[in-house]
Amino acid sequence: MSKDKDDRAVDPHTGTKTTGHDWDGITELDTPLPRWWLWTFYATIVWGLLYTVAYPAWPMLSGATSGLLGYSSRGALEQDIARQKAAQAGIEAEIVKAGFGEIAADANLASYAYAGGAAVFRANCSQCHGAGAAGSKGYPNLRDDDWLWGGTPEDIYLTIAHGIRWEADYDTRWSEMPAFGDDGILEETEIALVADHVLSLSGKSGRSEAGATLYLDNCSGCHGEAGEGMAEMGAPALNDAIWLYGSDRASLIETITHSRFGVMPSWNTRLSEADLRKVAHYVHSLGGGVRE
Amino acid sequence: MSAPPAPSLYAAREPIFPKAVSGRFRRLKWAILVATLAVYYITPWLRWDRGPYLPDQAVLIDLAARRFYFFMIEIWPHEFYYVAGLLIMAGIGLFLFTSVLGRVWCGYACPQTVWVDLFMHVERFIEGDRNKQIRLQHQSWTPEKIRKRTAKWTIWLAISMATGGAWIFYFADAPSLAWQFITGAAPSVAYATVAILTATTFILGGFLREQVCLYMCPWPRIQAAMLDENSLTVTYKDWRGEPRGKHKKQPTPQTQTQTQGDCIDCNACVNVCPTGVDIRKGQQLGCITCALCIDACDDIMARLGRPRGLIDYCSLADEHLERSGQPALSAWRRILRPRVFLYTGLWAGIGLAMVVTLFLRDTIGLTVRHDRNPLFVTLSDGSIRNGYEIRLLNQEGMPQDFRLSHRLEGAGHLRLDIQGSEGRTVEVAANTQQLLRVFLTSEPWIEMDGQVPVRLWVENLTTRERAHYDTVFYGGSE
Repeated sequence: MSKDKDDRAVDPHTGTKTTGHDWDGITELDTPLPRWWLWTFYATIVWGLLYTVAYPAWPMLSGATSGLLGYSSRGALEQDIARQKAAQAGIEAEIVKAGFGEIAADANLASYAYAGGAAVFRANCSQCHGAGAAGSKGYPNLRDDDWLWGGTPEDIYLTIAHGIRWEADYDTRWSEMPAFGDDGILEETEIALVADHVLSLSGKSGRSEAGATLYLDNCSGCHGEAGEGMAEMGAPALNDAIWLYGSDRASLIETITHSRFGVMPSWNTRLSEADLRKVAHYVHSLGGGVRE
Repeated sequence: MSAPPAPSLYAAREPIFPKAVSGRFRRLKWAILVATLAVYYITPWLRWDRGPYLPDQAVLIDLAARRFYFFMIEIWPHEFYYVAGLLIMAGIGLFLFTSVLGRVWCGYACPQTVWVDLFMHVERFIEGDRNKQIRLQHQSWTPEKIRKRTAKWTIWLAISMATGGAWIFYFADAPSLAWQFITGAAPSVAYATVAILTATTFILGGFLREQVCLYMCPWPRIQAAMLDENSLTVTYKDWRGEPRGKHKKQPTPQTQTQTQGDCIDCNACVNVCPTGVDIRKGQQLGCITCALCIDACDDIMARLGRPRGLIDYCSLADEHLERSGQPALSAWRRILRPRVFLYTGLWAGIGLAMVVTLFLRDTIGLTVRHDRNPLFVTLSDGSIRNGYEIRLLNQEGMPQDFRLSHRLEGAGHLRLDIQGSEGRTVEVAANTQQLLRVFLTSEPWIEMDGQVPVRLWVENLTTRERAHYDTVFYGGSE
């Protein structure tokens, strides 16, 4: 009998050698792995090592090895942004060149301007005007149909580009309502009469002759005799349902006494021409924009 | 004293050289091979007219536009449950076939089986049958061996490329993609897909072969769990064949009838087996029930003048009957049993339900999202306006005019406006979903209480189909 050094027991059912491990009579078959499996395993190890050479991987004292391919996630992002910007260059140029009417009429330009404008709005405008552009006290609601400085796309564009009462911009829109109480123009009782008259313009209070006279003398120059307002001066209409600082009597008295001085920055130094036009188109499309 | 050498932890693949065989199951396998390959290669080239706005490819998975076309059926992403239904049907179908016919999928229809079969045929065509292949394998690399191997691998590679190439045609218009592919204008993903599928077909079909079934594929183990005592499996009838022994030309009466079975130990069944198993050892994982050993054994039995079927399809229950000398039940008695009826019923029920819903489904749709920020806007004339995002769905193959309308639950009046459109009718392009912004506005200075329920309707002016969506109007009072 030849000397068989492989003295592992053989499983009678399969003819396979066993490992010798035995659990309550159940033995473990010692089936060898397929060799191709081993090669595949080695190949994955080699692949893994090459990967760590090609890509950033090994931690060093400061940072990590940068990898032969020079890949970085930040670099990939920058390339991606550059590629997107290059792809958008054509349509951005069209946005700058086209009139607002042409942008609105061209479905492709309009959807691009709307989506781009929405992104610009979220990043730059929503802090004051709200994510939904509904505004809040002192910050106009951009969805309604009342516009202090005009609601055509060109008006909105001018407001965004140069701001309101923004001293650093020579072309900014400017007006200033006198502080009738602080500057001693009107007495407290007179201010109260004016406030009552303003309330009467939208039917919230009765009319008084004294109030009407005071209003005509002091306010109608900008706000109009019937309180219809004047967009050229940024003077709000007083006969409608929209009130930037509140429509109750106390708020009106506060406004007349101390005046308001709402400020909006000019954006032409921070946003590109195309971005300005996109966000103007977006704001105009929110539902309240006035047709040209 | 030296320790015994450690046994090897790894084993090289035992090369298998299956011998060519002919017979009834081989003919069936050829037929199925030709049919399945024909379906695979020809399907993307079938045309199906769907009008001017839709692709005319009969079977198309349009990933970019998110549509699946199958002859007269078109599936949108929101109807993906049809695909889930098909997968469930495939699963139950597998239960059904396995409980009746055992591993019939493995033996006849599995792509691995079909392509390996094709590759083996090429191999025999170039290198000759089993014995010549074995000789060539052990030969040194003579010019003849190099020539034969090169020829074989070249044909394999061509088949592999055709396999990978056909796959991509299911995902784009086949004729134009074929032209783009040749002229180098096809998208890089097409080339990458073809390259990967060429490589996997070449390696899996040419070299790994039965290793795929033994080590990679989960089916054999799942299917084994679905077999029962009535499932057909390829069985060596040892009660007839044993004790096996060399055939004797002039047998003495004793040896012929008393001590020797029908098996003459000729190894024909082993030599033809594509997975290299010996079926005489009984049911085993390696057996894919391709039935080629039945053909091989029948051939030998015919030459010996013995009845066919020493190796045959047989269920475990029949095996017990035959072993005890009783006749086997008829095949129908094996097939017609509660389990099969249950699977068939489930399978047909799901299929029928899908067909019914498919032909009753709406081709119009409407979803409405009320603006959340702000909920409402006060306009200068004192009216209240609510904004809505409306998606109109047109599943027709032609552009359709849709008219929007609304009904307010309760008193009051609302005006409906579509942004960027004068009237209430919009044209929705063929086979698309269109996003609209719609406003409902109350009358000036008329206060409405809190939320008022509103139902928005859309009607296809051509087909008169209607759909509605319930939403609310915020009246503005706090």
